[in-house]
Amino acid sequence: MTPLLSVRDVRKTYGNRIGCTNVNFDLYPGEVMGIVGESGSGKSTLLNCLAGHQALDQGEVHFDTRVDGMRDTIKMSEPERRMLLRTDWAFVHQNARDGLRMSVSAGGNVGERLMAVGDRHYGNIRDKAIDWLDRVEIAEDRVDDRPSDFSGGMQQRLQIARNLVTGPRLVFMDEPTGGLDVSVQARLLDLLRGLVREMELSAIIVTHDLAVVRLLADRLMVMKSGHVVESGLTDQVLDDPQHPYTQLLVSSVLQA
Amino acid sequence: MYVAVKGGERAIDNAHAWLAEERRGDVNVSELTLPQIREQMTLAVHRVMAEGSLYDPDLAALAIKQSRGDLIEAIFLIRAYRTTLPRIGYSDPVDTGKMTCDRRISATFKDAPGGQVLGPTFDYTHRLLDFKLAADGEVPTANHAIPQTADMPRITDFLNKDDLIQTEVPSDETPPDMTREPMEYPANRALRLQTLTRGDEGFVLGMAYSTQRGYGRNHPFVGELRIGTISVEMEIAELGFSIEIGEITLTECETVNQFTGSKSEPPQFTRGYGLVFGQLERKAISMALVDRALRWQELGEDNLGAPAQDEEFVLSHSDNIQATGFLEHIKLPHYVDFQSELELVRKLRCEAQAAAHKEAAE
Amino acid sequence: MSDYNFAYLDEQTKRMIRRAILKGVAIPGYQVPFASREMPMPYGWGTGGVQVTAACLTPDDTLKVIDQGADDTTNAVSIRKFFENTADVAVTGQTSEASIIQTRHRIPEHPLTEDQILVYQVPIPEPLRFLEPRETETRKMHALEEYGLMHVKLYEDIARHGHIATAYAYPVKVEDRYVMDPSPIPKFDNPKLESPAIQLFGAGREQRIYAVPPFTKVVSLDFEDHPFEPARAEHECDLCGADHTYLDEVIIDDNGGRMFVCSDTDYCETRQSAGHRGKFSPKENAA
Repeated sequence: MTPLLSVRDVRKTYGNRIGCTNVNFDLYPGEVMGIVGESGSGKSTLLNCLAGHQALDQGEVHFDTRVDGMRDTIKMSEPERRMLLRTDWAFVHQNARDGLRMSVSAGGNVGERLMAVGDRHYGNIRDKAIDWLDRVEIAEDRVDDRPSDFSGGMQQRLQIARNLVTGPRLVFMDEPTGGLDVSVQARLLDLLRGLVREMELSAIIVTHDLAVVRLLADRLMVMKSGHVVESGLTDQVLDDPQHPYTQLLVSSVLQA
Repeated sequence: MYVAVKGGERAIDNAHAWLAEERRGDVNVSELTLPQIREQMTLAVHRVMAEGSLYDPDLAALAIKQSRGDLIEAIFLIRAYRTTLPRIGYSDPVDTGKMTCDRRISATFKDAPGGQVLGPTFDYTHRLLDFKLAADGEVPTANHAIPQTADMPRITDFLNKDDLIQTEVPSDETPPDMTREPMEYPANRALRLQTLTRGDEGFVLGMAYSTQRGYGRNHPFVGELRIGTISVEMEIAELGFSIEIGEITLTECETVNQFTGSKSEPPQFTRGYGLVFGQLERKAISMALVDRALRWQELGEDNLGAPAQDEEFVLSHSDNIQATGFLEHIKLPHYVDFQSELELVRKLRCEAQAAAHKEAAE
Repeated sequence: MSDYNFAYLDEQTKRMIRRAILKGVAIPGYQVPFASREMPMPYGWGTGGVQVTAACLTPDDTLKVIDQGADDTTNAVSIRKFFENTADVAVTGQTSEASIIQTRHRIPEHPLTEDQILVYQVPIPEPLRFLEPRETETRKMHALEEYGLMHVKLYEDIARHGHIATAYAYPVKVEDRYVMDPSPIPKFDNPKLESPAIQLFGAGREQRIYAVPPFTKVVSLDFEDHPFEPARAEHECDLCGADHTYLDEVIIDDNGGRMFVCSDTDYCETRQSAGHRGKFSPKENAA
C-alpha cells in the first residue's frame, strides 16, 4: 500500500538551536498519527514544516496527490502548494481565531473553501455550510452569526467544519483541544473521533495531552528536544513505554 | 424648471477671479513681497522646500504667497513645478560633518569636541506674545562670536570608534528615486528615508510621538542635532572634477537608541536618522524616531504591531499631497455612485418591509 | 502654458507611461505599477486618467471629457481645459466624434467603436483593497489567483441583505484571470466593459495602470443562483423618454418632487434633437 504522506530526514534549525531533526515516518490512508512531547520539544515546529507553513532546512515531504501521485511538497511551486492547502490538506489551529475569519459569518467561514475551489452556487454553498454546522453540533440558526459571538468550544468546532467541508485527505491539527475547558474538550474529542472514523480521515495531531492521542491516534511519535525518541502503535507506546522520557510522560499523566 | 448644474466653465472662471481678489485682501494694506516672505517667514519657506522636495527659497516664497499661506497648497505648487524640471544630473553626496553649523547640540554628552552651540532656537523662549513686535519689528543686534572654521565631527562617530554603536555599512549602490519609479514594498532604508524627508511634518511627528508613548518604543536620545549650511558640489563630466553649485541649509538629527544584542553580537546602541532641507528640527527628530522604528526587522526586534513599525502603513500615508488630494476628492460630484446606492437601499428596504408585513400577517 | 511640452508631460515620461499601457494591454486586468508624476491637479481628481490621456493624445485627436456622464461638470471642464491649453487638440461633447474619451464614473451610452480609446480615472485600483489593506498581500493574491475571499464578501452580502450589496465599482474577472476594479462606475455599466474600444485605467496616486483590450471577456462576479443584475432607476428619462439609460435623480422642489434624467448628457441631447420627448419636455418644441 502506498503511504499518503512520506516524511524523510526533515530538519529545521533556528540558528544554533534545533527545531526538529532527523524525522522520518510514513502515514497511511485512514491513519491518525499523534505527535506528543512537552512544549519546546519541536512538535509544533515539525507540524508547521510538514504543512508548509515554515521552510525547512533539509528533508522531503512526499504526498500522494490525486493527479500526479507522490510529489515532494517542499519542491512544489507556491501556487501548487496553496492549491493543496485549500483542497486536500486542512490545518486546525490551536487558537480558533487563527483559523477563522472573525468578521465573517459562520456560513461564510465554512463556505470560503468551497468558493476558493470554484463553487459558485450560493444555495449549495449555504446548504453545505448548514449541513457542516449540524455535523459539528452548531444550530442552523447560527449560520449568519459571526464567530466572535461564539463560545471557545463552538469556535473550535466551527474551525473544524471550515476545514473539513471540502473533504480533505489529510488534516494537520495543532493542539486542537488546547485552551478549552475540560468538559468542552471531552465533547470536542468525541466529535473529532466520530468525524475521523466516518470520513476515514488521515490526520497528524500534535498535542501535549496523552488523553487526546489515546482516544484519536493509531500511532504515536514522542518528541524531545527536536528528536523523535520513540514511536509505535499508540497502545503499545503508552502501555509499555521504552524510552525514559516516554516513561516520565506517561507516569506524569497517570499521577495527574 | 430645474436644470442640472450647467455652465461649469463660467463658475470655475468666476471662482478663480474671486480667489485672486481674496488673496490680495484689503488693498489699503501694502502687498507682501517675496523677499519679505523669504526673510521673515523663513521656517514656512523651509517647510515648503522640504516637503516640496525642491530647494529654492524664492519659489517657495512665491508658492506661499500664491497659496494664501496654506502650506500644503504651497507644497503642492512646488511639487507640480518640480516634476516638470529636467534632470540635468546628480550632485555628489554632501558630508554633513563639514557643515557650517548655526546650531549643534547633543543630549548624550555634556560637552564634545566642537562644543554645544545653542543657535537661534525657540527652545528656551517663554511663549509670551510679544506685543512690542506688533508695534514695530526693530530688534537689538545679537552678540557675535568668531565663527568656528574647524569641521564639527559627528557625535555618533565617537561612539562608533569604540564599537558602542552599530556601524552603518557604506554603500555605493545608487539609491532608488521615488519620484521616478513606482513605490515598491518592502522598501529599503534609502527609500524609506526619502519618503520620510518629504513626508508631512504633522504625520511624521504624530508617528514619532506614538513610539515615545509605547507604540513601538525605541528609547531615543538625541545623539546630535545640527543645523547649518553646506555647499553642494557636482561632478561635471567635461571638467573631470567637482565644482560647487550652491549652498543649502540642512537639519540633521542622529538618535542613539536602545541597545540590542544577540548571541553572536554584543550589545550595541543603534541609530535613527533624520535629514531635511532647511531649519526644521521638529521634522528631523521625528524622522529619526520613525526611521528607527521602521528598522525593527533588520535589528531583529519583535513586531509589536505598532503603527510606526508598519512600513506600508507609514510610507503610504505620509505624503500630504497624496493625502490631501484623495481626501478632498470626495468634494467632487459622486451622484452617479450615490444614485446606484440609493436604488439599492430602496430595494433592500422595500423587501425588508414586505417581509415584516408578511410576518405580521401570519 | 506654451512653455510646456505637448500635453504637458515630457516625451520621456510619456514613453514610460506608454510602456506601462502596452504591458497592461498585453496582460488584461493586471495592474501595472508606473512612476506616476505629480500633476498640476490634485491626486484623486483624475491625475491617473490625465497621464494616460496625455500619453495617448496626438495632435489629430478629438477629446471628450466626462464626469458623472456629463461634459459640463466642473472637473470635466477643468480637465478638458487643461488639454485644450497644453495640447491644443479638438474637443467635443459628442461621444461618436471623440477619438479619446476620458471619463470618471460612467461609460457612455452610445456604443463605442474600434477607433476609440476610453480612459478611466481610478481612485483605488485594487479590488481586494477593502478585504486586505496590504499591497504586499494583495499582489500575492492576484499572482496566485486566490480570489476566494472576494466571493466570501459577496456571500456575506446575500446572507445579510438577500442581494449582492455592491452598487458601483462592482468587481469583474477579466479574460478568466485577473479580478479587476472597473473604477466606480455604476454596475449598470458593467456589461459595456466588453467593448470594441480600448479601455485604459489610470490611478495616479496609487501608481497603477491597467487595461481591457478590445473584445476582451469581462465577467461581473456573481453566484449562479444570484446572477449579476445591472440596475437602474425604474423610470424613463423625463427629458428624452429613454427607458434604457442610467438616470440621475434630481430633486426639483421642497416637497420631494423629483425628475429623472439621463446621466449621459450627450446621449440625452442627441435623443432630444432627434425628436424624443419625456414627461418634462417643453411641449412647443415637439417636432
